[in-house]
Amino acid sequence: MPKLNLEDLDKISEWRRRTTMLREGAGRAKVTVHMGTCGIAAGARKIMDALLRLVEENDVKDVILTTSGCAGLCSREPMATVELVNEAPVKYVDLTEEKIGAIFREHVLGGRPVLEYALALGSERTQ
Amino acid sequence: MEDLSLHILDIVENSIDAGSDSISIKIDEDTNTDRLTIEIDDNGKGMDAETIKKALDPFYTSKTVRRVGLGLPMFRQAALAAGGEFDIRSVPGRGTQVRAVFQHSHIDRMPLGDVSKTLLTLLMGHPEVQFSYTFRRDDCEWRFDTEEFASGDSLSTMDTLQRIRVFRQHWPKMS
Repeated sequence: MPKLNLEDLDKISEWRRRTTMLREGAGRAKVTVHMGTCGIAAGARKIMDALLRLVEENDVKDVILTTSGCAGLCSREPMATVELVNEAPVKYVDLTEEKIGAIFREHVLGGRPVLEYALALGSERTQ
Repeated sequence: MEDLSLHILDIVENSIDAGSDSISIKIDEDTNTDRLTIEIDDNGKGMDAETIKKALDPFYTSKTVRRVGLGLPMFRQAALAAGGEFDIRSVPGRGTQVRAVFQHSHIDRMPLGDVSKTLLTLLMGHPEVQFSYTFRRDDCEWRFDTEEFASGDSLSTMDTLQRIRVFRQHWPKMS
């Protein structure tokens, strides 16, 4: 049997930590679809519907799907926020069913944010 | 909005913002009188007469993140454009009733759309709220009530996948 290295131990502890969170009902990820008037008019329910189908098809038990209201950025709807345990939330804008599919596979299941669909990268400069 | 089920989703989100924990949605398609009626009743904080008037003004909102509030005005417009009528009744502290009537056969009457997707979206965001839904077409009636399948295991303690499956099991098969 090959020796365990530090990386393997990290992986095990990470996996343990996540399953513990799961047992406590926290889930591995939370996806919030913005369901204000602006979001609904722009197609937010289609995004929610696509997510529901992805959860069902992949038999995913530890992802929480929920909704929120308008965040004040109506022109960039439909929007969704993905939060992984212990990581900063990422807001995705101008969503389509194809985009949310990629986000679900890459970010929610794979842990790698899809930067090209995210609202903003980096921080503003100060003089 | 593309269809009436999206308007319903939007108006019910208002109800929930107003603190409702029990909401009834009724759709009545009466082909004899050529009317389609949508009624949404909630037990939220309600509005006084002044606020009801303001709620129909597109430039009024209770929110602070933006300056317009289009939900109720657009729903009203959809009803009036289809030869219908629209009214809001409310008792502060008791709840609000929104009623929209459409001429069923009117060329500008929006299609009803997929109400099951509206209900499922509401259940995802607000598992703690009780929703009852009644759909009537002439002599046929379908009912759906989250209280009926939440006995024992409450929806809010189920995970997302369980909630979706329980919903699909209980949603009446409409033909």
